[in-house]
Amino acid sequence: MAIRAEGTTRSGADAWKRNSRTREARERVIKVFLTACAYLSIFTTFGIVIVLFEETSRFFLEVSPVEFLTSTRWAPPQGDFGVLPLVYGTLMATIIAIVVALPIGLLTAIYLSEYAPHGLRRWLKPALEILAGVPTVVYGYFALTFITPLFRDSLFSDIESFNAISAGLIMGVMIIPTVASVSEDAIYAVPLSLREGAYALGATRRETATKIVVPAALSGIVAAVILGISRAIGETMIVTIAMGAQANWLGSPLEGMQAMTAYIVQVVGGETPRGSITYESIFAVGSALFLMTLVLNLASYWFVRRYRESY
Amino acid sequence: MTQSTTKARRQEGGGPDFKASKSTKYGLDMAFTVLVTGAALVGVVVLVVLLVDVIRDGSTMLSLQFLTSFPSQIFPENGGIYPALIGSLWLLGLTAVISVPLGLGAAVYLEEYAEDTRINRIIEINISNLAGVPSVIYGLLGLGIFVELLAPVTGGTSVLTGALTLSLLILPVIIVATREALRGIPGSIREGGYALGATKWEVIWSHLLPMALPGALTGIILALSRAIGEAAPILVVGVSLYQTYATAGPFDGYMALPTQIYDWISRPQQIFQDSAAAGIVVAMAVLLLANSFAIWLRNRYQQRS
Repeated sequence: MAIRAEGTTRSGADAWKRNSRTREARERVIKVFLTACAYLSIFTTFGIVIVLFEETSRFFLEVSPVEFLTSTRWAPPQGDFGVLPLVYGTLMATIIAIVVALPIGLLTAIYLSEYAPHGLRRWLKPALEILAGVPTVVYGYFALTFITPLFRDSLFSDIESFNAISAGLIMGVMIIPTVASVSEDAIYAVPLSLREGAYALGATRRETATKIVVPAALSGIVAAVILGISRAIGETMIVTIAMGAQANWLGSPLEGMQAMTAYIVQVVGGETPRGSITYESIFAVGSALFLMTLVLNLASYWFVRRYRESY
Repeated sequence: MTQSTTKARRQEGGGPDFKASKSTKYGLDMAFTVLVTGAALVGVVVLVVLLVDVIRDGSTMLSLQFLTSFPSQIFPENGGIYPALIGSLWLLGLTAVISVPLGLGAAVYLEEYAEDTRINRIIEINISNLAGVPSVIYGLLGLGIFVELLAPVTGGTSVLTGALTLSLLILPVIIVATREALRGIPGSIREGGYALGATKWEVIWSHLLPMALPGALTGIILALSRAIGEAAPILVVGVSLYQTYATAGPFDGYMALPTQIYDWISRPQQIFQDSAAAGIVVAMAVLLLANSFAIWLRNRYQQRS
């Protein structure tokens, strides 16, 4: 009996040891896999940088960077590669979009956090999320077939079929949810005591919202706007569909023009042979686009950190 | 205002002045309330107008046949979105299979394993930056890596390439959503598991992942519905704008709903514009369904905890 018990214990201990060794091995394998998943994001960034850099450097063997960055003529078939007209198209649409999205997004955020009754808030936030999830080809269709004819019949009879103002306007609607939700996070983070202090001094609801809460949340709101600008710059299908495919340096908002993103889609849609200068040019334009959004994203990250730290 | 004038006013009886300023103040407050309410409704109004507009434009083309037919250049009125629908389903399935395990893995690592080291902070900033990279840039990445460099593995411009590209695009969103869900789980759950002799992974597998799933799932569904709505990146990595067969395997060519819609929009004839609108109605129906489910899931989960 005693001997048997001893035997059981010994084999039990062995089994336990074996078991714990396989468990440890499994833990290690899993940790390696999970670490690899996290490092994939680093590889993605490297991948983007390497791919863009490689093709762009080939592009710059044939076109001088000075011409690319300073010339105002963009006509790839004629060998004119000044990127400024495309940048102009992108910025025109972006500015119009921000003029729409900044006030509406900010006021929406104020409404959601300071005014909205609980029941309505529960409906409005999902509606905004749906607005953010609408495929951009749908917005493009809407701008082209609804907004532009609307403008033509009412305000601007000489508007072109492809134009910056309709595309920019709808792009503004597209980024309202971004501006609103990031601003609301910041406004929500303002401590209740600040509001109570304002009310105690006799401030009304509006005064509290505009003179206390919004200034206190300012760095978060700046982050929201920067993020909105970055979205607008990178947006592709709305400007491809509704703003046109003709580079237009210093054109009016009622005219068609080409954005940087739209140029990339135009080239990949055509039969452009790999390795040709036109093919390489989309990577050069892509690099410029990547750098612009990178700077904006980092700036926005910095501003968000700032308000997180202050409360 | 100096003290003497205040005193003088008070002696005159400052009542009317005070009342006047109070009423303008309240008037302004009223106006501001109307303004913010109006602003909050702009998005909803645009969404409704947009839906009504596409349903009106698309109603002539919309039928069961539209869902089951190939697009046609010769008889566009009999054309449909069948191959685009199948292609989008393939994209959805493959993207989910690729991005969900990788996203969950990265989130679990960052939330449960990673210490506060320099490299982990870099990974964190990097992920938030990747979330802001324009989708068309992911297309260029896919073009350089999956279409050209890894052509022997991915089959070039296959639906697998499209799914890999979209997976990289939505990974940051999945990671952020899952991390938030993991962060909401109290530490006592983990400690309870360890006290019973469970290893780290056993605690994660049996407790943390199941508990985080509803929250993570909301983010995953929203991310996947964004992925299948994207046109720009798959245009760059070579989606077909026309093909005579429906996608049957991961190495086949593919069409997709948003690019089919784009192709129709770019043709001038009215019949193609109507087809585009009908395609949009289908895409929006799928999207609203997916989003409603995600939001329902989150509400249910938030009520419970």
